[in-house]
Amino acid sequence: MLCFLILLASFMVSACSRASRPSSSITVAGSTSVQPFMELLAEEYARLYPEKPAINVQGGGSSAGARSVLSGAASIGMLSRELAPEEKGLDALVIARDAIAVIVNPKNPIRELSIRDLRAIFSGEITDWGQLIGAGERGDFRGRIHVVSREEGSGTRGAFDEMIMEGREVTARAIFQDSNGSVKETVAQDPMAIGYISLGLVDRNVKPLSIDGVAPTIENCKSGKYALVRPFLVVTKGEVRPEVREFLDFIMGETGQKILREEGLITGGQGATALEAKSK
Amino acid sequence: MKRSQNERVAELTLSLVALGSLGILTLITVFIFKEGLPALKEIGLWEFIGGTRWVPSKKIFGIFPMLVGSFMVTGGALAIGIPLGLGCAVYLSEFSSPGVARLLKSMIELLAGIPSVVFGFIGLTVVVPFIRTYFGGPGFSVLASSIVLGLMILPTMVSVSYDALRAVPESYRDGMMAVGATRWQAVRMVILPSARSGILAAAILATGRAMGETMAVIMVAGNATAVPESLLDPVRTLTSNIALEMGYSAGIHRQALFATGIVLFFLVTVLNLIAHAAVRGGSGR
Repeated sequence: MLCFLILLASFMVSACSRASRPSSSITVAGSTSVQPFMELLAEEYARLYPEKPAINVQGGGSSAGARSVLSGAASIGMLSRELAPEEKGLDALVIARDAIAVIVNPKNPIRELSIRDLRAIFSGEITDWGQLIGAGERGDFRGRIHVVSREEGSGTRGAFDEMIMEGREVTARAIFQDSNGSVKETVAQDPMAIGYISLGLVDRNVKPLSIDGVAPTIENCKSGKYALVRPFLVVTKGEVRPEVREFLDFIMGETGQKILREEGLITGGQGATALEAKSK
Repeated sequence: MKRSQNERVAELTLSLVALGSLGILTLITVFIFKEGLPALKEIGLWEFIGGTRWVPSKKIFGIFPMLVGSFMVTGGALAIGIPLGLGCAVYLSEFSSPGVARLLKSMIELLAGIPSVVFGFIGLTVVVPFIRTYFGGPGFSVLASSIVLGLMILPTMVSVSYDALRAVPESYRDGMMAVGATRWQAVRMVILPSARSGILAAAILATGRAMGETMAVIMVAGNATAVPESLLDPVRTLTSNIALEMGYSAGIHRQALFATGIVLFFLVTVLNLIAHAAVRGGSGR
Protein backbone atom coordinates (compact mmCIF):
# COMPACT_ATOMS: atom_id res chain seq x y z
CA MET A 1 0.00 0.00 0.00
CA LEU A 2 2.73 2.42 1.04
CA CYS A 3 4.75 1.42 -2.00
CA PHE A 4 1.81 2.21 -4.18
CA LEU A 5 1.40 5.67 -2.67
CA ILE A 6 5.08 6.43 -3.09
CA LEU A 7 4.88 5.32 -6.69
CA LEU A 8 1.85 7.50 -7.27
CA ALA A 9 3.53 10.47 -5.65
CA SER A 10 6.65 10.07 -7.73
CA PHE A 11 4.54 9.89 -10.86
CA MET A 12 2.87 13.16 -9.95
CA VAL A 13 6.19 14.85 -9.25
CA SER A 14 7.64 13.72 -12.54
CA ALA A 15 4.52 14.79 -14.37
CA CYS A 16 4.78 18.25 -12.85
CA SER A 17 8.42 18.67 -13.69
CA ARG A 18 7.75 17.53 -17.24
CA ALA A 19 4.94 20.00 -17.63
CA SER A 20 7.13 22.91 -16.63
CA ARG A 21 10.02 21.99 -18.91
CA PRO A 22 8.90 22.93 -22.45
CA SER A 23 9.38 26.62 -21.79
CA SER A 24 13.02 26.00 -20.87
CA SER A 25 14.02 23.80 -23.81
CA ILE A 26 13.41 23.60 -27.54
CA THR A 27 12.51 20.27 -29.09
CA VAL A 28 13.76 19.58 -32.61
CA ALA A 29 12.58 16.34 -34.23
CA GLY A 30 12.62 14.67 -37.62
CA SER A 31 14.90 13.31 -40.34
CA THR A 32 17.71 11.03 -39.22
CA SER A 33 19.76 12.52 -42.08
CA VAL A 34 19.60 16.01 -40.57
CA GLN A 35 19.79 14.82 -36.96
CA PRO A 36 23.60 14.45 -36.62
CA PHE A 37 24.13 17.94 -38.04
CA MET A 38 21.43 19.40 -35.83
CA GLU A 39 23.09 17.78 -32.82
CA LEU A 40 26.37 19.51 -33.68
CA LEU A 41 24.54 22.82 -34.04
CA ALA A 42 22.78 22.29 -30.72
CA GLU A 43 26.08 21.47 -28.98
CA GLU A 44 27.79 24.55 -30.33
CA TYR A 45 24.76 26.67 -29.42
CA ALA A 46 24.85 25.38 -25.85
CA ARG A 47 28.60 26.07 -25.66
CA LEU A 48 28.37 29.61 -27.02
CA TYR A 49 25.17 30.63 -25.24
CA PRO A 50 24.90 28.62 -22.02
CA GLU A 51 22.17 30.94 -20.74
CA LYS A 52 19.89 30.16 -23.71
CA PRO A 53 17.38 27.31 -23.59
CA ALA A 54 18.75 23.83 -24.26
CA ILE A 55 18.09 22.31 -27.67
CA ASN A 56 16.72 18.80 -27.49
CA VAL A 57 17.30 16.93 -30.78
CA GLN A 58 15.33 13.79 -31.66
CA GLY A 59 15.13 11.55 -34.73
CA GLY A 60 12.00 9.85 -36.03
CA GLY A 61 12.18 10.64 -39.73
CA SER A 62 11.09 13.48 -42.01
CA SER A 63 7.37 12.70 -41.93
CA ALA A 64 7.37 12.30 -38.16
CA GLY A 65 9.20 15.62 -37.91
CA ALA A 66 6.54 17.43 -39.91
CA ARG A 67 3.79 15.68 -37.97
CA SER A 68 5.23 16.55 -34.58
CA VAL A 69 5.42 20.23 -35.51
CA LEU A 70 1.84 20.16 -36.77
CA SER A 71 0.70 18.54 -33.52
CA GLY A 72 2.81 20.86 -31.40
CA ALA A 73 4.97 18.07 -29.94
CA ALA A 74 8.10 19.71 -31.34
CA SER A 75 8.92 23.36 -32.00
CA ILE A 76 11.12 22.67 -35.00
CA GLY A 77 10.91 19.81 -37.49
CA MET A 78 13.76 18.54 -39.67
CA LEU A 79 13.06 17.25 -43.19
CA SER A 80 15.45 15.85 -45.74
CA ARG A 81 13.03 16.15 -48.64
CA GLU A 82 10.58 18.63 -50.13
CA LEU A 83 7.34 19.25 -48.27
CA ALA A 84 4.54 16.84 -49.12
CA PRO A 85 1.16 18.35 -50.16
CA GLU A 86 -0.41 17.68 -46.76
CA GLU A 87 2.47 19.50 -45.05
CA LYS A 88 1.96 22.78 -46.89
CA GLY A 89 0.76 24.56 -43.76
CA LEU A 90 4.30 24.63 -42.38
CA ASP A 91 6.88 27.38 -42.79
CA ALA A 92 10.07 25.90 -44.21
CA LEU A 93 13.63 27.15 -44.24
CA VAL A 94 16.39 25.53 -46.31
CA ILE A 95 19.34 25.34 -43.92
CA ALA A 96 21.65 23.57 -46.35
CA ARG A 97 21.56 21.12 -49.19
CA ASP A 98 22.88 17.63 -49.10
CA ALA A 99 23.86 15.18 -51.76
CA ILE A 100 22.95 11.52 -51.67
CA ALA A 101 25.96 9.35 -52.36
CA VAL A 102 25.58 5.90 -53.87
CA ILE A 103 28.03 3.74 -51.97
CA VAL A 104 29.65 0.33 -52.42
CA ASN A 105 32.19 -1.65 -50.45
CA PRO A 106 35.83 -0.51 -51.02
CA LYS A 107 36.61 -4.04 -52.28
CA ASN A 108 34.24 -3.51 -55.20
CA PRO A 109 36.27 -2.34 -58.26
CA ILE A 110 33.38 -0.40 -59.78
CA ARG A 111 33.88 3.39 -59.91
CA GLU A 112 30.84 4.80 -61.62
CA LEU A 113 27.32 3.98 -62.68
CA SER A 114 24.84 5.56 -65.02
CA ILE A 115 21.48 6.59 -63.60
CA ARG A 116 19.94 4.00 -65.91
CA ASP A 117 22.06 1.18 -64.44
CA LEU A 118 21.42 2.43 -60.93
CA ARG A 119 17.69 2.30 -61.56
CA ALA A 120 18.02 -1.19 -63.04
CA ILE A 121 19.98 -2.38 -59.99
CA PHE A 122 17.53 -0.97 -57.46
CA SER A 123 14.47 -2.19 -59.35
CA GLY A 124 15.96 -5.67 -59.48
CA GLU A 125 16.60 -6.02 -63.22
CA ILE A 126 20.37 -6.19 -62.91
CA THR A 127 21.14 -8.69 -60.18
CA ASP A 128 24.80 -9.59 -60.67
CA TRP A 129 27.91 -7.43 -60.54
CA GLY A 130 29.23 -9.43 -63.50
CA GLN A 131 26.56 -7.80 -65.69
CA LEU A 132 28.09 -4.39 -64.98
CA ILE A 133 31.81 -4.92 -64.72
CA GLY A 134 33.43 -6.45 -67.76
CA ALA A 135 35.34 -9.61 -66.91
CA GLY A 136 39.10 -9.07 -66.86
CA GLU A 137 38.79 -5.30 -67.10
CA ARG A 138 39.44 -4.69 -63.44
CA GLY A 139 39.76 -8.22 -62.29
CA ASP A 140 36.87 -10.61 -62.30
CA PHE A 141 34.25 -9.30 -59.89
CA ARG A 142 30.93 -11.03 -59.96
CA GLY A 143 28.28 -12.23 -57.57
CA ARG A 144 24.72 -11.42 -56.62
CA ILE A 145 24.19 -7.73 -55.91
CA HIS A 146 22.92 -7.07 -52.40
CA VAL A 147 20.70 -4.00 -52.74
CA VAL A 148 20.44 -2.00 -49.51
CA SER A 149 17.66 0.56 -49.34
CA ARG A 150 15.88 2.63 -46.72
CA GLU A 151 12.42 1.90 -45.42
CA GLU A 152 9.34 3.43 -46.98
CA GLY A 153 8.75 6.98 -45.72
CA SER A 154 12.36 7.91 -44.95
CA GLY A 155 13.41 11.28 -46.37
CA THR A 156 16.51 9.83 -47.99
CA ARG A 157 14.40 7.08 -49.56
CA GLY A 158 11.86 9.62 -50.76
CA ALA A 159 14.57 11.74 -52.38
CA PHE A 160 16.19 8.67 -53.94
CA ASP A 161 12.86 7.41 -55.33
CA GLU A 162 12.11 10.82 -56.77
CA MET A 163 15.51 11.45 -58.34
CA ILE A 164 16.48 7.97 -59.52
CA MET A 165 13.59 5.55 -59.65
CA GLU A 166 11.15 7.66 -61.69
CA GLY A 167 8.11 5.77 -60.52
CA ARG A 168 9.73 2.34 -60.57
CA GLU A 169 9.63 0.36 -57.35
CA VAL A 170 12.67 -0.61 -55.33
CA THR A 171 12.89 -4.40 -55.48
CA ALA A 172 11.14 -6.24 -52.67
CA ARG A 173 14.24 -8.43 -52.32
CA ALA A 174 16.30 -5.47 -51.12
CA ILE A 175 17.57 -5.27 -47.59
CA PHE A 176 15.77 -2.44 -45.82
CA GLN A 177 17.67 -0.67 -43.06
CA ASP A 178 16.17 2.01 -40.87
CA SER A 179 18.95 4.61 -40.73
CA ASN A 180 21.83 6.09 -42.70
CA GLY A 181 24.17 4.51 -40.15
CA SER A 182 22.93 0.96 -40.63
CA VAL A 183 23.03 1.29 -44.43
CA LYS A 184 26.65 2.44 -44.16
CA GLU A 185 27.56 -0.39 -41.76
CA THR A 186 25.93 -2.98 -44.03
CA VAL A 187 27.77 -1.76 -47.12
CA ALA A 188 31.04 -1.43 -45.20
CA GLN A 189 30.82 -5.09 -44.19
CA ASP A 190 29.50 -6.66 -47.37
CA PRO A 191 31.59 -6.62 -50.59
CA MET A 192 28.49 -7.36 -52.70
CA ALA A 193 26.35 -4.56 -51.31
CA ILE A 194 25.25 -1.25 -52.80
CA GLY A 195 23.34 1.42 -50.91
CA TYR A 196 22.81 5.15 -50.64
CA ILE A 197 23.39 7.58 -47.78
CA SER A 198 23.83 11.26 -47.12
CA LEU A 199 27.11 12.47 -48.68
CA GLY A 200 28.09 14.18 -45.44
CA LEU A 201 28.21 10.78 -43.71
CA VAL A 202 30.48 9.01 -46.23
CA ASP A 203 33.77 7.91 -44.71
CA ARG A 204 36.70 5.61 -45.48
CA ASN A 205 34.75 2.42 -44.92
CA VAL A 206 32.59 2.87 -48.01
CA LYS A 207 33.24 4.04 -51.55
CA PRO A 208 31.00 6.69 -53.16
CA LEU A 209 30.37 6.16 -56.88
CA SER A 210 30.33 8.70 -59.68
CA ILE A 211 26.91 8.99 -61.26
CA ASP A 212 26.78 9.51 -65.03
CA GLY A 213 30.49 10.32 -64.84
CA VAL A 214 30.17 13.02 -62.18
CA ALA A 215 31.88 12.46 -58.85
CA PRO A 216 29.89 13.37 -55.72
CA THR A 217 32.03 16.29 -54.56
CA ILE A 218 30.92 19.52 -52.96
CA GLU A 219 32.00 21.50 -56.05
CA ASN A 220 29.99 19.30 -58.40
CA CYS A 221 26.96 19.59 -56.14
CA LYS A 222 27.25 23.38 -55.94
CA SER A 223 27.62 23.77 -59.68
CA GLY A 224 24.62 21.54 -60.19
CA LYS A 225 26.50 18.86 -62.16
CA TYR A 226 25.85 16.14 -59.61
CA ALA A 227 22.22 15.13 -59.89
CA LEU A 228 21.42 13.67 -56.48
CA VAL A 229 21.02 16.81 -54.38
CA ARG A 230 18.17 17.49 -51.99
CA PRO A 231 17.31 20.22 -49.50
CA PHE A 232 17.61 19.98 -45.73
CA LEU A 233 14.65 21.84 -44.31
CA VAL A 234 13.66 23.01 -40.89
CA VAL A 235 9.97 23.65 -40.47
CA THR A 236 7.93 25.60 -37.93
CA LYS A 237 4.26 26.34 -37.59
CA GLY A 238 2.76 29.81 -37.41
CA GLU A 239 4.15 32.40 -35.02
CA VAL A 240 7.37 31.05 -33.45
CA ARG A 241 8.54 31.77 -29.92
CA PRO A 242 11.41 34.33 -29.76
CA GLU A 243 13.84 31.75 -28.36
CA VAL A 244 13.09 29.40 -31.26
CA ARG A 245 13.61 32.26 -33.71
CA GLU A 246 16.98 32.97 -32.06
CA PHE A 247 18.10 29.39 -32.63
CA LEU A 248 16.97 29.48 -36.27
CA ASP A 249 18.90 32.73 -36.72
CA PHE A 250 21.94 31.01 -35.26
CA ILE A 251 21.64 28.15 -37.78
CA MET A 252 21.28 30.53 -40.72
CA GLY A 253 23.98 32.86 -39.38
CA GLU A 254 27.69 32.65 -40.11
CA THR A 255 28.57 30.25 -37.27
CA GLY A 256 25.79 27.80 -38.02
CA GLN A 257 26.40 27.75 -41.75
CA LYS A 258 30.15 27.31 -41.18
CA ILE A 259 29.51 24.23 -39.03
CA LEU A 260 27.28 22.72 -41.71
CA ARG A 261 29.83 23.50 -44.41
CA GLU A 262 32.67 21.94 -42.44
CA GLU A 263 30.60 18.80 -42.01
CA GLY A 264 30.34 18.37 -45.76
CA LEU A 265 26.98 19.93 -46.52
CA ILE A 266 26.38 22.44 -49.29
CA THR A 267 25.66 25.94 -48.06
CA GLY A 268 25.58 29.33 -49.69
CA GLY A 269 24.04 30.09 -53.06
CA GLN A 270 20.42 29.09 -53.08
CA GLY A 271 21.09 26.83 -50.12
CA ALA A 272 21.32 29.63 -47.60
CA THR A 273 18.50 31.86 -48.76
CA ALA A 274 15.41 31.58 -46.71
CA LEU A 275 12.54 30.54 -48.87
CA GLU A 276 9.12 29.17 -48.53
CA ALA A 277 9.62 25.63 -49.79
CA LYS A 278 7.60 25.13 -52.93
CA SER A 279 6.09 21.94 -54.11
CA LYS A 280 7.21 20.50 -57.39
CA MET B 1 -12.38 -1.73 13.85
CA LYS B 2 -9.41 0.15 12.47
CA ARG B 3 -7.92 -3.03 11.19
CA SER B 4 -11.01 -4.01 9.23
CA GLN B 5 -11.16 -0.53 7.75
CA ASN B 6 -7.57 -0.80 6.59
CA GLU B 7 -8.40 -4.17 5.21
CA ARG B 8 -11.24 -2.76 3.20
CA VAL B 9 -9.15 0.13 1.81
CA ALA B 10 -6.45 -2.31 0.75
CA GLU B 11 -8.95 -4.61 -0.87
CA LEU B 12 -10.60 -1.78 -2.75
CA THR B 13 -7.29 -0.34 -3.99
CA LEU B 14 -6.00 -3.71 -5.09
CA SER B 15 -9.17 -4.57 -6.93
CA LEU B 16 -9.02 -1.18 -8.66
CA VAL B 17 -5.47 -1.91 -9.76
CA ALA B 18 -6.53 -5.31 -11.03
CA LEU B 19 -9.48 -3.82 -12.90
CA GLY B 20 -7.16 -1.13 -14.23
CA SER B 21 -4.98 -3.68 -15.97
CA LEU B 22 -8.06 -5.22 -17.52
CA GLY B 23 -9.18 -1.75 -18.59
CA ILE B 24 -5.84 -1.03 -20.20
CA LEU B 25 -6.01 -4.28 -22.15
CA THR B 26 -9.51 -3.38 -23.34
CA LEU B 27 -8.42 0.11 -24.33
CA ILE B 28 -5.45 -1.22 -26.29
CA THR B 29 -7.65 -3.71 -28.11
CA VAL B 30 -10.30 -1.12 -28.91
CA PHE B 31 -7.65 1.32 -30.09
CA ILE B 32 -5.90 -1.17 -32.38
CA PHE B 33 -9.19 -2.19 -33.94
CA LYS B 34 -10.45 1.36 -34.26
CA GLU B 35 -7.28 2.43 -36.08
CA GLY B 36 -6.85 -0.70 -38.15
CA LEU B 37 -10.33 -1.71 -39.25
CA PRO B 38 -10.88 1.16 -41.73
CA ALA B 39 -7.79 0.00 -43.63
CA LEU B 40 -8.99 -3.60 -43.62
CA LYS B 41 -12.33 -2.45 -44.95
CA GLU B 42 -10.74 -0.36 -47.67
CA ILE B 43 -8.10 -2.85 -48.73
CA GLY B 44 -10.20 -5.96 -48.23
CA LEU B 45 -9.27 -8.69 -45.76
CA TRP B 46 -8.22 -11.21 -48.37
CA GLU B 47 -6.13 -8.74 -50.39
CA PHE B 48 -4.49 -7.63 -47.17
CA ILE B 49 -3.59 -11.08 -45.87
CA GLY B 50 -3.04 -12.74 -49.24
CA GLY B 51 -1.41 -9.86 -51.10
CA THR B 52 2.24 -10.46 -51.93
CA ARG B 53 3.25 -6.87 -52.53
CA TRP B 54 3.79 -4.17 -49.92
CA VAL B 55 4.30 -0.77 -51.56
CA PRO B 56 2.83 1.90 -49.26
CA SER B 57 3.77 4.76 -51.61
CA LYS B 58 1.48 3.21 -54.24
CA LYS B 59 -1.17 2.24 -51.70
CA ILE B 60 -0.52 -1.47 -52.19
CA PHE B 61 -0.74 -3.28 -48.88
CA GLY B 62 -0.24 -7.06 -48.85
CA ILE B 63 1.23 -8.67 -45.76
CA PHE B 64 1.56 -12.22 -47.05
CA PRO B 65 5.39 -12.01 -47.21
CA MET B 66 5.48 -10.80 -43.60
CA LEU B 67 3.11 -13.55 -42.46
CA VAL B 68 5.33 -16.16 -44.08
CA GLY B 69 8.35 -14.34 -42.67
CA SER B 70 7.00 -14.40 -39.12
CA PHE B 71 6.25 -18.12 -39.35
CA MET B 72 9.62 -18.98 -40.91
CA VAL B 73 11.60 -17.00 -38.36
CA THR B 74 9.55 -18.32 -35.45
CA GLY B 75 9.83 -21.89 -36.74
CA GLY B 76 13.57 -21.53 -37.12
CA ALA B 77 13.88 -20.09 -33.63
CA LEU B 78 11.90 -23.01 -32.17
CA ALA B 79 14.00 -25.53 -34.10
CA ILE B 80 17.06 -24.09 -32.40
CA GLY B 81 15.62 -23.06 -29.05
CA ILE B 82 13.49 -26.09 -28.13
CA PRO B 83 16.12 -28.86 -28.37
CA LEU B 84 18.73 -26.66 -26.69
CA GLY B 85 16.38 -25.48 -23.98
CA LEU B 86 14.84 -28.86 -23.29
CA GLY B 87 18.24 -30.57 -23.23
CA CYS B 88 19.44 -27.96 -20.81
CA ALA B 89 16.40 -28.37 -18.57
CA VAL B 90 16.72 -32.17 -18.53
CA TYR B 91 20.38 -31.93 -17.58
CA LEU B 92 19.70 -29.42 -14.82
CA SER B 93 16.77 -31.35 -13.42
CA GLU B 94 17.92 -34.96 -13.74
CA PHE B 95 21.68 -35.19 -14.13
CA SER B 96 23.48 -32.30 -12.48
CA SER B 97 24.06 -31.87 -8.75
CA PRO B 98 21.64 -29.42 -7.06
CA GLY B 99 24.38 -26.82 -6.55
CA VAL B 100 25.37 -26.82 -10.22
CA ALA B 101 21.71 -26.72 -11.22
CA ARG B 102 21.06 -23.66 -9.06
CA LEU B 103 24.06 -21.83 -10.48
CA LEU B 104 23.38 -22.70 -14.12
CA LYS B 105 19.68 -21.96 -13.87
CA SER B 106 20.22 -18.53 -12.40
CA MET B 107 22.76 -17.77 -15.12
CA ILE B 108 20.33 -18.83 -17.85
CA GLU B 109 17.64 -16.69 -16.28
CA LEU B 110 20.06 -13.77 -16.45
CA LEU B 111 19.87 -14.19 -20.22
CA ALA B 112 16.25 -13.09 -20.01
CA GLY B 113 17.35 -9.78 -18.54
CA ILE B 114 19.58 -8.85 -21.46
CA PRO B 115 17.83 -6.17 -23.54
CA SER B 116 16.78 -7.37 -26.97
CA VAL B 117 18.73 -4.61 -28.69
CA VAL B 118 21.90 -6.16 -27.25
CA PHE B 119 20.94 -9.53 -28.75
CA GLY B 120 20.35 -7.70 -32.02
CA PHE B 121 23.72 -6.03 -31.83
CA ILE B 122 25.49 -9.32 -31.21
CA GLY B 123 23.56 -10.79 -34.11
CA LEU B 124 24.59 -7.89 -36.31
CA THR B 125 28.29 -8.02 -35.46
CA VAL B 126 28.76 -11.80 -35.08
CA VAL B 127 25.98 -13.87 -36.65
CA VAL B 128 25.34 -11.80 -39.81
CA PRO B 129 29.00 -11.59 -40.93
CA PHE B 130 29.48 -15.29 -40.06
CA ILE B 131 26.57 -16.34 -42.28
CA ARG B 132 27.69 -14.03 -45.07
CA THR B 133 31.21 -15.47 -45.01
CA TYR B 134 30.46 -19.17 -44.59
CA PHE B 135 27.01 -19.68 -46.11
CA GLY B 136 26.81 -16.86 -48.66
CA GLY B 137 24.06 -14.32 -49.28
CA PRO B 138 23.90 -10.94 -47.61
CA GLY B 139 23.98 -12.40 -44.09
CA PHE B 140 20.78 -10.59 -43.10
CA SER B 141 18.52 -13.59 -43.33
CA VAL B 142 15.92 -15.97 -41.95
CA LEU B 143 18.80 -18.01 -40.53
CA ALA B 144 20.38 -15.07 -38.69
CA SER B 145 17.03 -14.07 -37.16
CA SER B 146 16.30 -17.67 -36.18
CA ILE B 147 19.65 -18.04 -34.41
CA VAL B 148 19.27 -14.78 -32.50
CA LEU B 149 15.65 -15.55 -31.54
CA GLY B 150 16.56 -19.15 -30.69
CA LEU B 151 18.96 -17.80 -28.07
CA MET B 152 16.43 -15.26 -26.83
CA ILE B 153 13.77 -17.89 -26.11
CA LEU B 154 16.21 -20.13 -24.21
CA PRO B 155 15.48 -18.67 -20.75
CA THR B 156 11.72 -19.19 -21.17
CA MET B 157 12.21 -22.67 -22.54
CA VAL B 158 14.68 -23.73 -19.84
CA SER B 159 12.99 -22.33 -16.77
CA VAL B 160 9.43 -23.35 -17.62
CA SER B 161 10.33 -26.89 -18.68
CA TYR B 162 12.73 -27.23 -15.73
CA ASP B 163 9.85 -26.44 -13.37
CA ALA B 164 7.69 -28.99 -15.20
CA LEU B 165 10.38 -31.66 -14.83
CA ARG B 166 10.90 -30.86 -11.14
CA ALA B 167 7.15 -31.21 -10.61
CA VAL B 168 7.30 -34.89 -11.57
CA PRO B 169 6.98 -36.76 -8.22
CA GLU B 170 10.23 -38.14 -6.81
CA SER B 171 8.53 -41.52 -6.39
CA TYR B 172 8.45 -41.96 -10.18
CA ARG B 173 12.23 -41.67 -10.29
CA ASP B 174 12.65 -44.00 -7.31
CA GLY B 175 10.36 -46.50 -8.98
CA MET B 176 12.40 -46.49 -12.18
CA MET B 177 15.65 -46.83 -10.24
CA ALA B 178 14.13 -49.73 -8.31
CA VAL B 179 13.39 -51.68 -11.49
CA GLY B 180 16.96 -51.15 -12.63
CA ALA B 181 16.50 -48.44 -15.24
CA THR B 182 19.35 -46.04 -16.05
CA ARG B 183 18.79 -42.32 -15.57
CA TRP B 184 18.37 -41.78 -19.30
CA GLN B 185 15.81 -44.55 -19.52
CA ALA B 186 13.92 -42.98 -16.63
CA VAL B 187 13.98 -39.60 -18.36
CA ARG B 188 12.90 -40.97 -21.70
CA MET B 189 10.21 -43.39 -20.57
CA VAL B 190 8.67 -41.74 -17.53
CA ILE B 191 9.81 -38.25 -16.67
CA LEU B 192 9.52 -36.55 -20.07
CA PRO B 193 6.09 -38.05 -20.77
CA SER B 194 4.84 -37.02 -17.32
CA ALA B 195 6.06 -33.46 -17.79
CA ARG B 196 4.64 -33.30 -21.30
CA SER B 197 2.04 -30.60 -20.76
CA GLY B 198 4.48 -28.31 -18.94
CA ILE B 199 7.02 -28.73 -21.72
CA LEU B 200 4.36 -27.96 -24.30
CA ALA B 201 3.44 -24.83 -22.37
CA ALA B 202 7.11 -23.82 -22.38
CA ALA B 203 7.29 -24.30 -26.15
CA ILE B 204 4.15 -22.24 -26.72
CA LEU B 205 5.32 -19.45 -24.44
CA ALA B 206 8.58 -19.46 -26.37
CA THR B 207 6.65 -19.29 -29.65
CA GLY B 208 4.80 -16.21 -28.44
CA ARG B 209 8.06 -14.61 -27.38
CA ALA B 210 9.69 -15.34 -30.74
CA MET B 211 6.72 -14.08 -32.72
CA GLY B 212 6.48 -10.87 -30.75
CA GLU B 213 10.15 -9.95 -30.69
CA THR B 214 10.87 -6.88 -32.79
CA MET B 215 14.06 -4.96 -32.17
CA ALA B 216 16.56 -7.78 -32.49
CA VAL B 217 14.82 -9.06 -35.61
CA ILE B 218 14.84 -5.67 -37.35
CA MET B 219 18.59 -5.52 -36.85
CA VAL B 220 19.43 -8.91 -38.37
CA ALA B 221 16.57 -9.87 -40.69
CA GLY B 222 17.23 -7.48 -43.59
CA ASN B 223 13.51 -6.58 -43.72
CA ALA B 224 12.96 -7.37 -47.42
CA THR B 225 9.29 -7.34 -48.42
CA ALA B 226 9.51 -10.41 -50.67
CA VAL B 227 8.74 -13.97 -49.58
CA PRO B 228 12.16 -15.49 -48.84
CA GLU B 229 13.18 -18.31 -51.18
CA SER B 230 15.81 -19.76 -48.90
CA LEU B 231 17.00 -19.52 -45.32
CA LEU B 232 19.74 -17.18 -46.50
CA ASP B 233 17.35 -14.58 -47.95
CA PRO B 234 16.41 -11.44 -46.05
CA VAL B 235 12.95 -11.48 -44.49
CA ARG B 236 10.50 -9.15 -42.78
CA THR B 237 8.24 -10.14 -39.90
CA LEU B 238 4.87 -8.64 -38.93
CA THR B 239 6.31 -6.93 -35.87
CA SER B 240 9.27 -5.41 -37.67
CA ASN B 241 6.97 -4.18 -40.43
CA ILE B 242 5.05 -2.16 -37.84
CA ALA B 243 8.11 -0.87 -36.01
CA LEU B 244 10.05 0.03 -39.16
CA GLU B 245 7.40 2.16 -40.77
CA MET B 246 5.27 3.47 -37.90
CA GLY B 247 7.42 6.55 -37.37
CA TYR B 248 6.94 7.70 -40.94
CA SER B 249 3.49 6.60 -41.81
CA ALA B 250 0.34 8.65 -42.20
CA GLY B 251 -3.18 8.10 -43.48
CA ILE B 252 -4.04 4.67 -44.80
CA HIS B 253 -0.42 3.52 -44.48
CA ARG B 254 -0.66 4.07 -40.74
CA GLN B 255 -4.02 2.28 -40.60
CA ALA B 256 -2.54 -0.62 -42.56
CA LEU B 257 0.18 -0.92 -39.92
CA PHE B 258 -2.47 -1.06 -37.21
CA ALA B 259 -4.24 -3.69 -39.31
CA THR B 260 -0.97 -5.64 -39.26
CA GLY B 261 -1.28 -5.33 -35.49
CA ILE B 262 -4.77 -6.83 -35.63
CA VAL B 263 -3.45 -9.86 -37.51
CA LEU B 264 -0.67 -10.25 -34.98
CA PHE B 265 -3.23 -9.90 -32.19
CA PHE B 266 -5.24 -12.79 -33.62
CA LEU B 267 -2.18 -14.98 -34.04
CA VAL B 268 -1.08 -14.46 -30.46
CA THR B 269 -4.62 -14.99 -29.12
CA VAL B 270 -4.96 -18.27 -31.00
CA LEU B 271 -1.57 -19.32 -29.71
CA ASN B 272 -2.62 -18.56 -26.13
CA LEU B 273 -5.85 -20.53 -26.54
CA ILE B 274 -3.89 -23.51 -27.85
CA ALA B 275 -1.54 -23.20 -24.90
CA HIS B 276 -4.39 -23.22 -22.40
CA ALA B 277 -6.05 -26.15 -24.12
CA ALA B 278 -2.78 -28.06 -24.26
CA VAL B 279 -2.03 -27.56 -20.59
CA ARG B 280 -5.54 -28.51 -19.53
CA GLY B 281 -5.72 -31.48 -21.86
CA GLY B 282 -2.26 -32.65 -20.80
CA SER B 283 -2.90 -32.52 -17.06
CA GLY B 284 -6.36 -34.05 -17.45
CA ARG B 285 -4.94 -37.31 -18.65
